[in-house]
Amino acid sequence: MKLLFPLVAVAAAFVVGGVFVLLIGDDPIETYRLLIGSALWWPDGIGYTLFLATPLIFTGLAVSVAFRAGLLNIGAEGQLYVAAFATAWTGIVFGHLPAAVLVPLCCVAAVGAGAIWGAIPGLLKARFGSHEVINTIMMNFIAVALASYFTQYHYRVPGDAIMQTAPISANAYLPRLGQAMPGFPERIPLNASFVLALLACGAVYVFLWRTKWGYELRAMGSNPTAAEYGGISVRRQIVLAMAISGGLAGMVGINEVLGYRHRYYDGFSDNYGFTGIAVALLGRNHPVGVILAALLFAILTRGGIPVDAFTQHVTKDIVQILQATIILFVAAEAFFRTPLTRLREGLRRGRLNG
Amino acid sequence: MLELRNITKRFGGVLANDHINITVEPGTIHAIVGENGAGKSTAMRVAYGFYSADSGEILIDGQARAINRPHDAIALGVGMVHQHFMLVDTMSVAENIVLGAESGTPFALDLDAAAARIRSLSDEFTLSVDPHALVEQLSVGQQQRVELLKALYRNARLLILDEPTAVLTPREVDEFFAILRGMRAQGKTIIIITHKLAEVLAISDAVTVMRDGKVVGRVNTQDTSAAELARLMVGRDVLLRVEKAVAKPGAVALKVTNLSVGSGVKVGSGFSRTSRILDGVSFDVRAGEIVGIAGVEGNGQRELIEAIAGLVDPARISGDVTFEGQSLAGLDARARRERGIAHIPEDRHRRGLLLEFTLDENVILGVHYRPPVTSGVFIDDKEVRRRTVDILQRFDVRPPDPELPARALSGGNQQKLMIGREFELRPRLLLVAQPTRGVDIGAIEFIHRKLVALRDEGCAVLLVSAELDEVMSLSDRLLVIHKGRIAGEVDPAVAKAGDIGLLMTGGH
Repeated sequence: MKLLFPLVAVAAAFVVGGVFVLLIGDDPIETYRLLIGSALWWPDGIGYTLFLATPLIFTGLAVSVAFRAGLLNIGAEGQLYVAAFATAWTGIVFGHLPAAVLVPLCCVAAVGAGAIWGAIPGLLKARFGSHEVINTIMMNFIAVALASYFTQYHYRVPGDAIMQTAPISANAYLPRLGQAMPGFPERIPLNASFVLALLACGAVYVFLWRTKWGYELRAMGSNPTAAEYGGISVRRQIVLAMAISGGLAGMVGINEVLGYRHRYYDGFSDNYGFTGIAVALLGRNHPVGVILAALLFAILTRGGIPVDAFTQHVTKDIVQILQATIILFVAAEAFFRTPLTRLREGLRRGRLNG
Repeated sequence: MLELRNITKRFGGVLANDHINITVEPGTIHAIVGENGAGKSTAMRVAYGFYSADSGEILIDGQARAINRPHDAIALGVGMVHQHFMLVDTMSVAENIVLGAESGTPFALDLDAAAARIRSLSDEFTLSVDPHALVEQLSVGQQQRVELLKALYRNARLLILDEPTAVLTPREVDEFFAILRGMRAQGKTIIIITHKLAEVLAISDAVTVMRDGKVVGRVNTQDTSAAELARLMVGRDVLLRVEKAVAKPGAVALKVTNLSVGSGVKVGSGFSRTSRILDGVSFDVRAGEIVGIAGVEGNGQRELIEAIAGLVDPARISGDVTFEGQSLAGLDARARRERGIAHIPEDRHRRGLLLEFTLDENVILGVHYRPPVTSGVFIDDKEVRRRTVDILQRFDVRPPDPELPARALSGGNQQKLMIGREFELRPRLLLVAQPTRGVDIGAIEFIHRKLVALRDEGCAVLLVSAELDEVMSLSDRLLVIHKGRIAGEVDPAVAKAGDIGLLMTGGH
């Protein structure tokens, strides 16, 4: 039942997208076959799809955790930039350390930097009551500009025309799937971060629904006055929730720096932080939903490339239309809820009478 | 005057009215009683055209009529006053009354003629309402009379009143009933929906009792008693009086000294007088006694309870609160709960429950972080379930399904759940506000018995209630609060409701 509304929203979006394809003059069935087929093709399709899903799982989780606490974290984008830079910095500066120490250290840097960047708007809200939406958005600008500044003036290899830092030490590299699985091409950047993302989903689930801290966080999100009555410090929960959310967003830096480019590359994020909001929305702020929603968005992104190349008229813009339409339909859930609930009731009554 | 014949109304799968028959004779006051959800309001909304019935007939003056919208009912002389007033605060009485029934031409609203007519209606029914007064400046009782005037202005011969006394003080209720009797003498017919049995006996000529969407009885008021009506409403015998032994007070548990709560943060040594919601209150509560606080709502009761529970910003508080000889200053809500202070808040939706959470999750609110519910970091689901099942069973919460969201329970069952949770703390001080608000008669009896039983186990109980009957029958000592001050203490065993009512309103 919980799955029904998101599924209907996705289906409706595909129908609307299909109409667009028809209007442009291509065959919608063929286009969708190409889109989904190519995204799931072994090994490149699958490999890239899972690689693209990884950051979206992290940001989707980040937004979900904040949302469960009744907070809107629009700042995942800034948090992941700060975290990615901190990861690269750690991988460069402590490059002499052995991998067994350096990799965990870089991961701590990613999570820590993201958590601090998330906790700041949390603190501002807890202390002064300023709204987290405004502050997280503002922190995004600061994060992007700060990372650019340090890259440009302090950590760029002299003479390098590209806005990127020096490479991190090879001791900090995360293994790619190709290294662990013979026959899987090593050029595909799918790496251990994907496993980390799945583990993070499990950890978030356990945290939210099995621990006292998760209970307090959800209680605050559900009814802050009742949480206060139950002896829960609402202020502390706000800071904590934003820090956890920021830390999860920061894990994007692990995938990007340790698993993929092995350096900080300016402007690397393909709006992962903002797409994370849509992923959380579609995934119903549940870790399992987040995985499914992240996979869907990754399929659309990956599948958009061959659609662009192999259809007569359709460009990858149609994929963006699809993404936007899905979000619209999910957001306008009430639009389906009434007719669907009525239909279900009608069916039930029909069954009773028949 | 009005007859409902075989009216059936269904909402989704719920049968709100099941072939009900109600007959109201002209020139009488007819009470319709029943518990929450019995279908009283639905039946009357059908009669007023808010809902259309799935089947059945409405007869006015013996003729079958189609009433599909309130407009039809008004044209036939039926008026309705809702529990929540439908008035525009910033407009005058006359403007409110003519709203929707304006006379004159579309370009010239003849308010003077309307005001004159309102004045004569007001005199005729001794309502003493000034047509030119602004609604926001009127007391609740006066606003209710404006609602009556609205119906009379539209020539209503039958007035349907939905829980009209819920918002009134005891004195206002008396005045209101005098007005109703006057209207009856002038030939009006009145239907009053209520669940307060004393009022039914005081005002009505005949009573229709509803339960679970059906009419279960119709009696003449003079031939019945509160006990019989309660039995019809609930379907079993109900003990209306609280049975309790004489209290055996022990040591002082709670001592409140000169406690004030300001509306904002205090500046320097104190805050200005006008900003005090609670103003220099002192009293104590001993172990094994129930101390009641009577008062019209909004006179500082909530601040009093929340200040003791640790839910008010300490910067807003002056004065001292000690529990078992130790000051509570500097302790947050959690620490106070750990000391043995339980709290049943007045507003279960806002304060007391997590409506989207399951009963399991609600039962552990406040103890979720400590053994036996949580040892270390992980919540022990088995222990939680054991606790929930135990509370649901002992406090008769229905349906007893621990995985339901709290929202799915009726008000009475939500209240029992919350009371069970707080009793489970084995408190030595219980702060309880409006324990039976919106709760059915059967559950009220149950809650009252539980509170007395807790007292008898030696717990100190501080009880706040807007229901005068409730504080009078439960309390061993009774304080009356007015404008944030203790206006007096009375002995609930001998005091008269009228005298307490006088204290509640500051002597006017």
